[in-house]
Amino acid sequence: MITRLGSWIGKHLMLTLGILVLIYMYIPNMIVALMSFNDSSESRNLYTFQAFTWDNWLNPCEPQGMCEALQVSISIGLLSTLVSTTIGTLAAFALVRHRFEGRSTMNLMLFLPMATPEIVMGSSLLALFVAAGFGGQLGFWTILIAHIMFNISFVVVTVRSRLAGLDSNLEKAASDLYANEWQTFWRITFPLVFPGILSAALLAFSLSFDDFIITNLNSGTTVTFPMFVWGAAQRAIPMQVNVIGTLMFIIALSVVIGGEVMSRRRAKGKAAAF
Amino acid sequence: MAALQRVFGKNTAYWLIGPAALWLAAFFAFPMLSLLSTSLSDPAGSPITGYQMTFRIQNYVEALGDYWPYMARSLWYAGIATVLCLILGYVLAYAIAFKAGRWKNVMLVLVIAPFFTSFLVRTLSWKLILADNGWLVESLQWLHILGEDGRLLATPFAVVMGLTYNFLPFMILPLYTSLEKIDPRLNEAAADLYSSPWQRFTKVIWPLSLPGVVGGTLLTFIPASGDYINSDLLGNPNTQMVGNKIQTLFTDASDYPHAAALSVILMVLIVGMVLFYVRRAGTEDLL
Repeated sequence: MITRLGSWIGKHLMLTLGILVLIYMYIPNMIVALMSFNDSSESRNLYTFQAFTWDNWLNPCEPQGMCEALQVSISIGLLSTLVSTTIGTLAAFALVRHRFEGRSTMNLMLFLPMATPEIVMGSSLLALFVAAGFGGQLGFWTILIAHIMFNISFVVVTVRSRLAGLDSNLEKAASDLYANEWQTFWRITFPLVFPGILSAALLAFSLSFDDFIITNLNSGTTVTFPMFVWGAAQRAIPMQVNVIGTLMFIIALSVVIGGEVMSRRRAKGKAAAF
Repeated sequence: MAALQRVFGKNTAYWLIGPAALWLAAFFAFPMLSLLSTSLSDPAGSPITGYQMTFRIQNYVEALGDYWPYMARSLWYAGIATVLCLILGYVLAYAIAFKAGRWKNVMLVLVIAPFFTSFLVRTLSWKLILADNGWLVESLQWLHILGEDGRLLATPFAVVMGLTYNFLPFMILPLYTSLEKIDPRLNEAAADLYSSPWQRFTKVIWPLSLPGVVGGTLLTFIPASGDYINSDLLGNPNTQMVGNKIQTLFTDASDYPHAAALSVILMVLIVGMVLFYVRRAGTEDLL
Protein backbone atom coordinates (compact mmCIF):
# COMPACT_ATOMS: atom_id res chain seq x y z
CA MET A 1 0.00 0.00 0.00
CA ILE A 2 2.64 2.48 1.11
CA THR A 3 4.99 1.60 -1.73
CA ARG A 4 2.11 1.92 -4.17
CA LEU A 5 1.31 5.32 -2.73
CA GLY A 6 4.99 6.19 -3.00
CA SER A 7 5.22 5.30 -6.66
CA TRP A 8 1.96 7.15 -7.39
CA ILE A 9 3.41 10.26 -5.73
CA GLY A 10 6.63 9.85 -7.72
CA LYS A 11 4.69 9.66 -10.94
CA HIS A 12 2.34 12.50 -10.07
CA LEU A 13 4.63 14.88 -8.23
CA MET A 14 2.91 18.09 -9.36
CA LEU A 15 -0.54 16.70 -8.64
CA THR A 16 0.57 15.63 -5.16
CA LEU A 17 2.03 19.06 -4.42
CA GLY A 18 -1.16 20.64 -5.76
CA ILE A 19 -3.30 18.50 -3.47
CA LEU A 20 -1.07 19.50 -0.54
CA VAL A 21 -1.70 23.16 -1.33
CA LEU A 22 -5.41 22.41 -1.49
CA ILE A 23 -5.26 20.71 1.90
CA TYR A 24 -3.47 23.77 3.30
CA MET A 25 -6.36 25.89 2.08
CA TYR A 26 -8.76 23.73 4.06
CA ILE A 27 -6.95 23.64 7.41
CA PRO A 28 -8.86 26.64 8.83
CA ASN A 29 -12.18 25.34 7.53
CA MET A 30 -11.60 22.06 9.34
CA ILE A 31 -10.68 23.91 12.53
CA VAL A 32 -13.82 26.05 12.23
CA ALA A 33 -15.99 22.95 11.81
CA LEU A 34 -14.29 21.27 14.75
CA MET A 35 -14.63 24.31 17.00
CA SER A 36 -18.34 24.51 16.26
CA PHE A 37 -18.64 21.44 18.51
CA ASN A 38 -16.49 22.93 21.24
CA ASP A 39 -17.99 23.26 24.69
CA SER A 40 -16.63 26.58 25.87
CA SER A 41 -18.92 27.06 28.88
CA GLU A 42 -16.34 25.85 31.40
CA SER A 43 -13.22 27.62 30.26
CA ARG A 44 -12.04 31.09 29.45
CA ASN A 45 -9.53 29.95 26.89
CA LEU A 46 -11.60 30.06 23.76
CA TYR A 47 -8.79 29.14 21.42
CA THR A 48 -8.44 25.53 22.48
CA PHE A 49 -10.79 22.60 22.17
CA GLN A 50 -12.29 21.72 25.54
CA ALA A 51 -15.06 19.16 25.21
CA PHE A 52 -17.53 17.93 22.61
CA THR A 53 -21.04 19.32 22.59
CA TRP A 54 -24.02 19.74 20.27
CA ASP A 55 -25.17 22.86 22.14
CA ASN A 56 -23.72 25.39 19.72
CA TRP A 57 -25.62 23.82 16.83
CA LEU A 58 -28.83 23.57 18.86
CA ASN A 59 -28.76 27.21 20.02
CA PRO A 60 -26.96 29.05 17.24
CA CYS A 61 -28.56 32.39 18.14
CA GLU A 62 -27.52 32.39 21.78
CA PRO A 63 -24.79 35.06 21.59
CA GLN A 64 -26.43 38.42 21.98
CA GLY A 65 -26.68 40.38 18.75
CA MET A 66 -25.15 37.73 16.52
CA CYS A 67 -28.26 36.66 14.66
CA GLU A 68 -29.43 40.26 14.31
CA ALA A 69 -26.08 41.02 12.68
CA LEU A 70 -26.51 37.93 10.53
CA GLN A 71 -29.90 39.18 9.39
CA VAL A 72 -28.45 42.55 8.44
CA SER A 73 -25.70 40.83 6.44
CA ILE A 74 -28.13 38.54 4.65
CA SER A 75 -30.50 41.40 3.71
CA ILE A 76 -27.66 43.57 2.46
CA GLY A 77 -26.16 40.58 0.67
CA LEU A 78 -29.39 39.68 -1.12
CA LEU A 79 -30.24 43.26 -2.09
CA SER A 80 -26.75 44.11 -3.29
CA THR A 81 -26.57 40.83 -5.22
CA LEU A 82 -29.90 41.52 -6.91
CA VAL A 83 -29.01 45.06 -7.94
CA SER A 84 -25.38 44.47 -8.88
CA THR A 85 -26.14 41.30 -10.84
CA THR A 86 -28.84 43.08 -12.84
CA ILE A 87 -26.79 46.18 -13.55
CA GLY A 88 -23.64 44.17 -14.19
CA THR A 89 -25.28 41.69 -16.56
CA LEU A 90 -26.70 44.53 -18.67
CA ALA A 91 -23.27 46.12 -18.78
CA ALA A 92 -21.64 42.82 -19.78
CA PHE A 93 -24.06 42.49 -22.71
CA ALA A 94 -23.27 46.04 -23.80
CA LEU A 95 -19.52 45.39 -23.67
CA VAL A 96 -19.57 42.07 -25.53
CA ARG A 97 -22.30 42.73 -28.07
CA HIS A 98 -21.88 46.39 -28.86
CA ARG A 99 -19.16 48.69 -30.07
CA PHE A 100 -19.84 52.14 -28.70
CA GLU A 101 -18.00 55.32 -27.95
CA GLY A 102 -16.53 55.33 -24.45
CA ARG A 103 -16.20 51.56 -24.37
CA SER A 104 -12.55 51.60 -23.33
CA THR A 105 -13.23 54.26 -20.69
CA MET A 106 -15.93 51.97 -19.33
CA ASN A 107 -13.52 49.04 -19.28
CA LEU A 108 -11.08 51.12 -17.27
CA MET A 109 -13.81 52.25 -14.90
CA LEU A 110 -14.77 48.63 -14.29
CA PHE A 111 -11.17 47.58 -13.76
CA LEU A 112 -10.27 50.32 -11.28
CA PRO A 113 -12.47 49.20 -8.36
CA MET A 114 -10.81 45.80 -8.50
CA ALA A 115 -7.38 47.44 -8.51
CA THR A 116 -8.09 49.70 -5.56
CA PRO A 117 -7.33 48.57 -2.02
CA GLU A 118 -10.52 48.23 -0.02
CA ILE A 119 -9.33 50.67 2.59
CA VAL A 120 -9.01 53.37 -0.08
CA MET A 121 -12.45 52.63 -1.52
CA GLY A 122 -14.00 52.58 1.93
CA SER A 123 -12.38 55.79 3.05
CA SER A 124 -13.23 57.62 -0.18
CA LEU A 125 -16.90 56.72 0.22
CA LEU A 126 -16.79 57.86 3.82
CA ALA A 127 -15.20 61.13 2.73
CA LEU A 128 -18.01 61.58 0.21
CA PHE A 129 -20.79 60.78 2.67
CA VAL A 130 -19.36 63.13 5.26
CA ALA A 131 -18.77 65.92 2.73
CA ALA A 132 -22.35 65.51 1.50
CA GLY A 133 -23.66 65.84 5.04
CA PHE A 134 -24.66 62.18 5.43
CA GLY A 135 -22.11 61.65 8.18
CA GLY A 136 -24.88 61.18 10.73
CA GLN A 137 -26.94 58.79 8.61
CA LEU A 138 -24.36 56.09 7.98
CA GLY A 139 -25.93 52.66 8.19
CA PHE A 140 -27.89 50.12 6.17
CA TRP A 141 -28.24 52.24 3.02
CA THR A 142 -24.69 53.50 2.89
CA ILE A 143 -23.42 49.93 3.32
CA LEU A 144 -25.76 48.77 0.55
CA ILE A 145 -24.56 51.51 -1.82
CA ALA A 146 -20.95 50.54 -1.16
CA HIS A 147 -21.55 46.82 -1.66
CA ILE A 148 -23.38 47.31 -4.96
CA MET A 149 -20.45 49.48 -6.09
CA PHE A 150 -17.71 46.92 -5.47
CA ASN A 151 -19.82 44.02 -6.73
CA ILE A 152 -20.54 45.50 -10.16
CA SER A 153 -17.04 44.93 -11.55
CA PHE A 154 -16.91 41.31 -10.41
CA VAL A 155 -20.32 40.60 -11.94
CA VAL A 156 -19.36 42.20 -15.25
CA VAL A 157 -16.10 40.24 -15.47
CA THR A 158 -17.81 36.92 -14.67
CA VAL A 159 -20.77 37.35 -17.03
CA ARG A 160 -18.64 38.85 -19.76
CA SER A 161 -16.26 35.90 -19.89
CA ARG A 162 -19.20 33.51 -20.19
CA LEU A 163 -20.80 35.65 -22.88
CA ALA A 164 -17.57 36.03 -24.83
CA GLY A 165 -17.06 32.26 -24.84
CA LEU A 166 -20.49 31.71 -26.33
CA ASP A 167 -20.66 30.34 -29.86
CA SER A 168 -22.59 32.96 -31.85
CA ASN A 169 -23.44 30.31 -34.44
CA LEU A 170 -26.05 28.95 -32.05
CA GLU A 171 -27.92 32.24 -32.20
CA LYS A 172 -27.55 32.40 -35.96
CA ALA A 173 -28.88 28.85 -36.23
CA ALA A 174 -31.90 29.81 -34.13
CA SER A 175 -32.73 32.71 -36.39
CA ASP A 176 -32.22 30.51 -39.45
CA LEU A 177 -34.89 28.29 -37.91
CA TYR A 178 -37.26 31.26 -37.83
CA ALA A 179 -36.97 32.14 -34.15
CA ASN A 180 -37.61 35.83 -33.61
CA GLU A 181 -35.22 37.95 -31.55
CA TRP A 182 -37.03 37.43 -28.26
CA GLN A 183 -37.28 33.69 -28.77
CA THR A 184 -33.62 33.53 -29.65
CA PHE A 185 -32.72 35.54 -26.58
CA TRP A 186 -34.87 33.66 -24.07
CA ARG A 187 -34.45 30.16 -25.52
CA ILE A 188 -30.80 30.26 -26.63
CA THR A 189 -28.77 33.17 -25.33
CA PHE A 190 -30.15 33.51 -21.82
CA PRO A 191 -30.02 29.80 -20.85
CA LEU A 192 -26.46 29.63 -22.13
CA VAL A 193 -25.38 32.72 -20.20
CA PHE A 194 -27.36 31.79 -17.10
CA PRO A 195 -24.63 29.71 -15.39
CA GLY A 196 -22.37 32.77 -15.68
CA ILE A 197 -25.04 35.00 -14.15
CA LEU A 198 -25.60 32.49 -11.37
CA SER A 199 -21.94 32.25 -10.47
CA ALA A 200 -21.68 36.05 -10.63
CA ALA A 201 -24.58 36.28 -8.18
CA LEU A 202 -23.01 33.73 -5.87
CA LEU A 203 -19.72 35.60 -5.97
CA ALA A 204 -21.46 38.93 -5.33
CA PHE A 205 -23.34 37.54 -2.35
CA SER A 206 -20.24 36.05 -0.78
CA LEU A 207 -18.19 39.24 -1.33
CA SER A 208 -20.95 41.32 0.21
CA PHE A 209 -21.54 38.94 3.09
CA ASP A 210 -17.85 38.80 3.88
CA ASP A 211 -16.83 42.40 3.47
CA PHE A 212 -15.38 44.00 6.55
CA ILE A 213 -13.05 46.84 5.62
CA ILE A 214 -15.40 48.95 3.47
CA THR A 215 -18.40 48.13 5.63
CA ASN A 216 -16.68 49.07 8.87
CA LEU A 217 -15.93 52.55 7.57
CA ASN A 218 -19.44 53.22 6.29
CA SER A 219 -21.67 51.46 8.77
CA GLY A 220 -22.36 54.03 11.49
CA THR A 221 -23.97 52.03 14.28
CA THR A 222 -25.26 49.20 12.07
CA VAL A 223 -23.56 45.88 12.81
CA THR A 224 -23.06 43.24 10.11
CA PHE A 225 -21.96 39.68 10.75
CA PRO A 226 -18.25 40.28 10.02
CA MET A 227 -18.38 43.33 12.27
CA PHE A 228 -19.92 41.23 15.01
CA VAL A 229 -17.13 38.68 14.64
CA TRP A 230 -14.54 41.45 14.72
CA GLY A 231 -16.03 42.95 17.87
CA ALA A 232 -16.30 39.55 19.51
CA ALA A 233 -12.70 38.71 18.63
CA GLN A 234 -11.50 41.60 20.78
CA ARG A 235 -13.18 39.99 23.81
CA ALA A 236 -14.06 36.30 23.54
CA ILE A 237 -15.33 34.74 20.40
CA PRO A 238 -18.57 32.77 20.86
CA MET A 239 -18.35 29.24 19.47
CA GLN A 240 -21.62 29.79 17.59
CA VAL A 241 -19.69 31.94 15.15
CA ASN A 242 -18.09 28.70 13.97
CA VAL A 243 -21.52 27.16 13.48
CA ILE A 244 -22.51 30.00 11.15
CA GLY A 245 -19.21 29.70 9.28
CA THR A 246 -19.66 25.96 8.79
CA LEU A 247 -23.32 26.34 7.80
CA MET A 248 -22.45 28.92 5.14
CA PHE A 249 -19.79 26.64 3.76
CA ILE A 250 -22.23 23.72 3.54
CA ILE A 251 -24.98 25.82 1.93
CA ALA A 252 -22.65 27.36 -0.65
CA LEU A 253 -21.08 24.02 -1.50
CA SER A 254 -24.52 22.43 -2.00
CA VAL A 255 -25.53 25.28 -4.32
CA VAL A 256 -22.38 24.86 -6.38
CA ILE A 257 -22.57 21.06 -6.51
CA GLY A 258 -26.31 21.20 -7.22
CA GLY A 259 -25.67 23.55 -10.13
CA GLU A 260 -22.96 21.29 -11.49
CA VAL A 261 -25.15 18.18 -11.25
CA MET A 262 -28.05 19.99 -12.93
CA SER A 263 -25.95 21.21 -15.82
CA ARG A 264 -24.51 17.71 -16.28
CA ARG A 265 -27.94 16.14 -16.23
CA ARG A 266 -29.17 18.72 -18.72
CA ALA A 267 -26.20 18.03 -20.97
CA LYS A 268 -26.95 14.31 -20.79
CA GLY A 269 -30.64 14.91 -21.53
CA LYS A 270 -29.69 16.95 -24.56
CA ALA A 271 -27.31 14.27 -25.77
CA ALA A 272 -30.10 11.72 -25.43
CA ALA A 273 -32.51 13.93 -27.37
CA PHE A 274 -30.20 14.04 -30.37
CA MET B 1 -30.66 42.18 -28.54
CA ALA B 2 -31.96 43.21 -31.88
CA ALA B 3 -35.40 43.64 -30.32
CA LEU B 4 -33.93 46.12 -27.90
CA GLN B 5 -32.28 47.77 -30.85
CA ARG B 6 -35.70 48.46 -32.31
CA VAL B 7 -36.93 50.10 -29.11
CA PHE B 8 -33.86 52.12 -28.25
CA GLY B 9 -32.33 52.52 -31.68
CA LYS B 10 -28.67 53.29 -31.85
CA ASN B 11 -28.52 53.98 -28.13
CA THR B 12 -29.10 50.41 -26.92
CA ALA B 13 -25.53 50.07 -25.70
CA TYR B 14 -25.84 53.21 -23.62
CA TRP B 15 -29.08 52.05 -22.01
CA LEU B 16 -27.39 48.79 -21.10
CA ILE B 17 -24.18 50.31 -19.77
CA GLY B 18 -25.87 53.37 -18.25
CA PRO B 19 -26.80 52.05 -14.80
CA ALA B 20 -23.35 50.56 -14.19
CA ALA B 21 -21.61 53.69 -15.48
CA LEU B 22 -23.73 55.99 -13.32
CA TRP B 23 -23.32 53.91 -10.19
CA LEU B 24 -19.55 53.69 -10.59
CA ALA B 25 -19.30 57.39 -11.40
CA ALA B 26 -21.34 58.37 -8.36
CA PHE B 27 -19.94 55.91 -5.82
CA PHE B 28 -16.44 55.14 -7.08
CA ALA B 29 -15.05 58.01 -9.18
CA PHE B 30 -16.75 60.85 -7.36
CA PRO B 31 -15.74 59.60 -3.88
CA MET B 32 -12.13 59.52 -5.07
CA LEU B 33 -12.37 63.25 -5.78
CA SER B 34 -13.99 63.72 -2.42
CA LEU B 35 -11.10 61.85 -0.80
CA LEU B 36 -8.63 64.07 -2.60
CA SER B 37 -10.42 67.20 -1.45
CA THR B 38 -10.63 65.93 2.14
CA SER B 39 -6.90 65.19 2.08
CA LEU B 40 -6.22 68.85 1.29
CA SER B 41 -8.60 70.22 3.90
CA ASP B 42 -7.83 71.95 7.16
CA PRO B 43 -7.63 69.31 9.91
CA ALA B 44 -9.25 71.75 12.32
CA GLY B 45 -12.75 70.65 11.30
CA SER B 46 -14.68 67.61 12.46
CA PRO B 47 -16.75 64.90 10.72
CA ILE B 48 -19.95 66.55 11.98
CA THR B 49 -19.22 70.18 11.15
CA GLY B 50 -17.30 69.33 7.99
CA TYR B 51 -13.82 70.30 6.82
CA GLN B 52 -12.64 73.51 5.22
CA MET B 53 -10.93 72.99 1.90
CA THR B 54 -7.67 74.95 2.11
CA PHE B 55 -5.33 73.10 -0.29
CA ARG B 56 -3.20 72.19 2.68
CA ILE B 57 -0.43 70.12 1.09
CA GLN B 58 1.13 70.01 4.54
CA ASN B 59 -1.24 67.11 5.39
CA TYR B 60 0.72 64.89 3.05
CA VAL B 61 4.07 65.86 4.52
CA GLU B 62 2.79 65.22 8.04
CA ALA B 63 1.10 61.94 7.15
CA LEU B 64 4.21 60.60 5.44
CA GLY B 65 6.52 61.86 8.17
CA ASP B 66 4.47 60.22 10.90
CA TYR B 67 3.39 57.03 9.24
CA TRP B 68 5.95 56.06 6.60
CA PRO B 69 7.07 52.96 8.58
CA TYR B 70 3.52 51.61 8.35
CA MET B 71 3.50 52.24 4.62
CA ALA B 72 6.87 50.53 4.13
CA ARG B 73 5.79 47.58 6.27
CA SER B 74 2.58 47.17 4.24
CA LEU B 75 4.41 47.02 0.94
CA TRP B 76 7.05 44.67 2.36
CA TYR B 77 4.56 42.21 3.90
CA ALA B 78 2.32 42.33 0.85
CA GLY B 79 5.34 41.70 -1.38
CA ILE B 80 6.49 38.61 0.49
CA ALA B 81 2.93 37.27 0.69
CA THR B 82 2.55 37.77 -3.06
CA VAL B 83 5.72 35.81 -3.81
CA LEU B 84 4.58 32.98 -1.53
CA CYS B 85 1.13 33.01 -3.15
CA LEU B 86 2.76 32.85 -6.57
CA ILE B 87 4.74 29.75 -5.63
CA LEU B 88 1.86 27.93 -3.94
CA GLY B 89 -0.69 29.12 -6.47
CA TYR B 90 1.42 28.12 -9.46
CA VAL B 91 1.79 24.59 -8.18
CA LEU B 92 -1.93 24.16 -7.64
CA ALA B 93 -3.00 25.94 -10.84
CA TYR B 94 -0.51 23.86 -12.83
CA ALA B 95 -1.77 20.65 -11.24
CA ILE B 96 -5.38 21.53 -12.02
CA ALA B 97 -4.70 22.68 -15.58
CA PHE B 98 -2.46 19.81 -16.70
CA LYS B 99 -2.63 16.94 -14.25
CA ALA B 100 -6.13 16.78 -12.83
CA GLY B 101 -7.80 15.12 -15.84
CA ARG B 102 -11.48 14.59 -15.19
CA TRP B 103 -11.13 15.99 -11.65
CA LYS B 104 -10.46 19.47 -13.07
CA ASN B 105 -13.88 20.94 -12.30
CA VAL B 106 -14.05 19.36 -8.87
CA MET B 107 -10.66 20.81 -7.94
CA LEU B 108 -11.66 24.25 -9.23
CA VAL B 109 -14.77 24.20 -7.06
CA LEU B 110 -12.61 23.13 -4.13
CA VAL B 111 -10.37 26.17 -4.68
CA ILE B 112 -13.32 28.55 -4.41
CA ALA B 113 -15.24 26.73 -1.68
CA PRO B 114 -13.19 27.81 1.40
CA PHE B 115 -14.22 31.35 0.46
CA PHE B 116 -17.69 30.66 1.73
CA THR B 117 -16.70 30.22 5.33
CA SER B 118 -16.47 33.77 6.54
CA PHE B 119 -13.05 35.31 5.88
CA LEU B 120 -12.77 36.67 9.42
CA VAL B 121 -13.77 33.38 11.01
CA ARG B 122 -11.11 31.51 9.03
CA THR B 123 -8.47 34.06 9.91
CA LEU B 124 -9.36 33.72 13.56
CA SER B 125 -8.90 29.99 13.36
CA TRP B 126 -5.25 30.55 12.42
CA LYS B 127 -4.94 32.09 15.85
CA LEU B 128 -5.73 28.68 17.25
CA ILE B 129 -3.30 26.87 14.95
CA LEU B 130 -0.42 29.25 15.64
CA ALA B 131 -1.17 29.60 19.36
CA ASP B 132 1.72 29.54 21.85
CA ASN B 133 0.76 26.22 23.43
CA GLY B 134 -0.61 24.77 20.20
CA TRP B 135 0.68 21.56 18.62
CA LEU B 136 2.40 23.42 15.79
CA VAL B 137 4.53 25.61 18.03
CA GLU B 138 5.29 22.67 20.33
CA SER B 139 6.38 20.41 17.47
CA LEU B 140 8.56 23.15 16.04
CA GLN B 141 10.12 23.65 19.47
CA TRP B 142 10.66 19.92 19.81
CA LEU B 143 12.41 19.93 16.42
CA HIS B 144 14.49 22.92 17.61
CA ILE B 145 13.32 24.95 14.64
CA LEU B 146 11.79 27.32 17.11
CA GLY B 147 13.50 28.32 20.36
CA GLU B 148 12.18 27.37 23.81
CA ASP B 149 10.21 30.58 24.18
CA GLY B 150 9.80 31.05 20.43
CA ARG B 151 6.36 31.83 19.14
CA LEU B 152 4.48 32.14 15.88
CA LEU B 153 1.42 34.13 16.85
CA ALA B 154 1.88 37.89 17.15
CA THR B 155 4.94 37.87 14.88
CA PRO B 156 5.49 39.20 11.36
CA PHE B 157 5.55 35.55 10.28
CA ALA B 158 1.93 35.08 11.35
CA VAL B 159 0.84 38.23 9.54
CA VAL B 160 2.54 37.29 6.28
CA MET B 161 1.18 33.77 6.61
CA GLY B 162 -2.33 35.11 7.10
CA LEU B 163 -2.01 37.35 4.06
CA THR B 164 -0.68 34.47 1.97
CA TYR B 165 -3.51 32.22 3.05
CA ASN B 166 -6.28 34.77 2.54
CA PHE B 167 -5.26 35.97 -0.89
CA LEU B 168 -4.17 32.64 -2.39
CA PRO B 169 -7.43 32.06 -4.33
CA PHE B 170 -6.98 35.44 -6.04
CA MET B 171 -3.66 34.15 -7.37
CA ILE B 172 -4.82 30.68 -8.36
CA LEU B 173 -7.76 31.65 -10.56
CA PRO B 174 -5.98 33.98 -13.02
CA LEU B 175 -3.02 31.58 -13.14
CA TYR B 176 -5.33 28.70 -13.93
CA THR B 177 -7.10 30.68 -16.65
CA SER B 178 -3.88 31.39 -18.51
CA LEU B 179 -2.34 27.92 -17.96
CA GLU B 180 -5.53 26.30 -19.19
CA LYS B 181 -5.17 28.09 -22.52
CA ILE B 182 -1.74 26.58 -23.18
CA ASP B 183 -1.81 23.73 -25.67
CA PRO B 184 -0.16 20.73 -23.95
CA ARG B 185 1.20 19.70 -27.35
CA LEU B 186 3.63 22.64 -27.15
CA ASN B 187 5.14 20.96 -24.13
CA GLU B 188 5.30 17.64 -25.94
CA ALA B 189 6.92 19.28 -28.94
CA ALA B 190 9.58 20.77 -26.70
CA ALA B 191 10.17 17.34 -25.18
CA ASP B 192 10.52 15.82 -28.65
CA LEU B 193 13.20 18.40 -29.30
CA TYR B 194 15.17 17.07 -26.32
CA SER B 195 14.50 19.85 -23.83
CA SER B 196 14.68 18.97 -20.15
CA PRO B 197 11.62 19.38 -17.94
CA TRP B 198 13.17 22.51 -16.46
CA GLN B 199 13.84 24.01 -19.91
CA ARG B 200 10.30 23.15 -20.95
CA PHE B 201 9.02 25.05 -17.95
CA THR B 202 11.22 28.14 -18.29
CA LYS B 203 11.08 28.38 -22.09
CA VAL B 204 7.53 27.26 -22.87
CA ILE B 205 5.08 27.15 -19.97
CA TRP B 206 6.27 30.10 -17.88
CA PRO B 207 6.38 32.69 -20.72
CA LEU B 208 2.95 31.62 -21.93
CA SER B 209 1.51 31.89 -18.45
CA LEU B 210 2.81 35.44 -17.90
CA PRO B 211 -0.60 37.14 -18.32
CA GLY B 212 -1.87 35.00 -15.46
CA VAL B 213 1.22 35.73 -13.37
CA VAL B 214 0.74 39.48 -13.85
CA GLY B 215 -3.01 39.33 -13.19
CA GLY B 216 -2.64 37.11 -10.15
CA THR B 217 0.20 39.15 -8.69
CA LEU B 218 -1.81 42.34 -8.93
CA LEU B 219 -4.97 40.75 -7.53
CA THR B 220 -2.94 39.50 -4.55
CA PHE B 221 -0.60 42.40 -3.93
CA ILE B 222 -3.15 45.20 -4.10
CA PRO B 223 -5.64 43.94 -1.52
CA ALA B 224 -2.82 42.61 0.67
CA SER B 225 -1.12 46.00 0.88
CA GLY B 226 -4.30 47.67 2.11
CA ASP B 227 -5.35 44.88 4.45
CA TYR B 228 -5.27 45.33 8.19
CA ILE B 229 -7.32 42.38 9.37
CA ASN B 230 -4.44 39.91 9.33
CA SER B 231 -2.05 42.23 11.10
CA ASP B 232 -4.65 43.06 13.72
CA LEU B 233 -5.78 39.50 14.43
CA LEU B 234 -2.48 37.63 13.99
CA GLY B 235 0.15 40.27 14.66
CA ASN B 236 1.15 42.66 17.42
CA PRO B 237 1.39 46.46 17.65
CA ASN B 238 4.76 46.30 15.86
CA THR B 239 3.28 44.61 12.80
CA GLN B 240 0.65 47.25 12.10
CA MET B 241 0.18 48.10 8.47
CA VAL B 242 -0.98 51.28 6.79
CA GLY B 243 -4.57 50.00 6.71
CA ASN B 244 -4.60 49.89 10.51
CA LYS B 245 -3.50 53.50 10.62
CA ILE B 246 -6.01 54.75 8.06
CA GLN B 247 -8.81 52.92 9.83
CA THR B 248 -7.99 54.27 13.29
CA LEU B 249 -7.38 57.79 12.01
CA PHE B 250 -10.85 57.75 10.47
CA THR B 251 -12.86 56.02 13.16
CA ASP B 252 -11.10 56.61 16.49
CA ALA B 253 -9.14 59.81 15.96
CA SER B 254 -11.59 61.40 13.49
CA ASP B 255 -8.61 62.99 11.80
CA TYR B 256 -10.08 62.80 8.31
CA PRO B 257 -7.59 65.00 6.41
CA HIS B 258 -4.52 63.01 7.48
CA ALA B 259 -6.31 59.69 7.01
CA ALA B 260 -7.40 60.78 3.55
CA ALA B 261 -3.88 61.91 2.69
CA LEU B 262 -2.54 58.51 3.74
CA SER B 263 -5.20 56.79 1.63
CA VAL B 264 -4.29 58.90 -1.41
CA ILE B 265 -0.58 58.13 -0.93
CA LEU B 266 -1.32 54.40 -0.80
CA MET B 267 -3.46 54.63 -3.93
CA VAL B 268 -0.83 56.63 -5.85
CA LEU B 269 1.94 54.23 -4.81
CA ILE B 270 -0.09 51.26 -5.96
CA VAL B 271 -1.20 52.78 -9.25
CA GLY B 272 2.43 53.73 -9.92
CA MET B 273 3.70 50.25 -9.15
CA VAL B 274 0.95 48.62 -11.22
CA LEU B 275 1.73 50.80 -14.24
CA PHE B 276 5.45 50.14 -13.94
CA TYR B 277 4.95 46.43 -13.46
CA VAL B 278 2.41 46.04 -16.25
CA ARG B 279 4.67 47.91 -18.63
CA ARG B 280 7.67 45.79 -17.69
CA ALA B 281 5.73 42.56 -18.00
CA GLY B 282 4.26 43.78 -21.26
CA THR B 283 0.71 42.64 -20.74
CA GLU B 284 -1.61 45.56 -20.97
CA ASP B 285 -4.71 43.57 -21.87
CA LEU B 286 -5.39 42.59 -18.30
CA LEU B 287 -9.12 42.48 -18.68
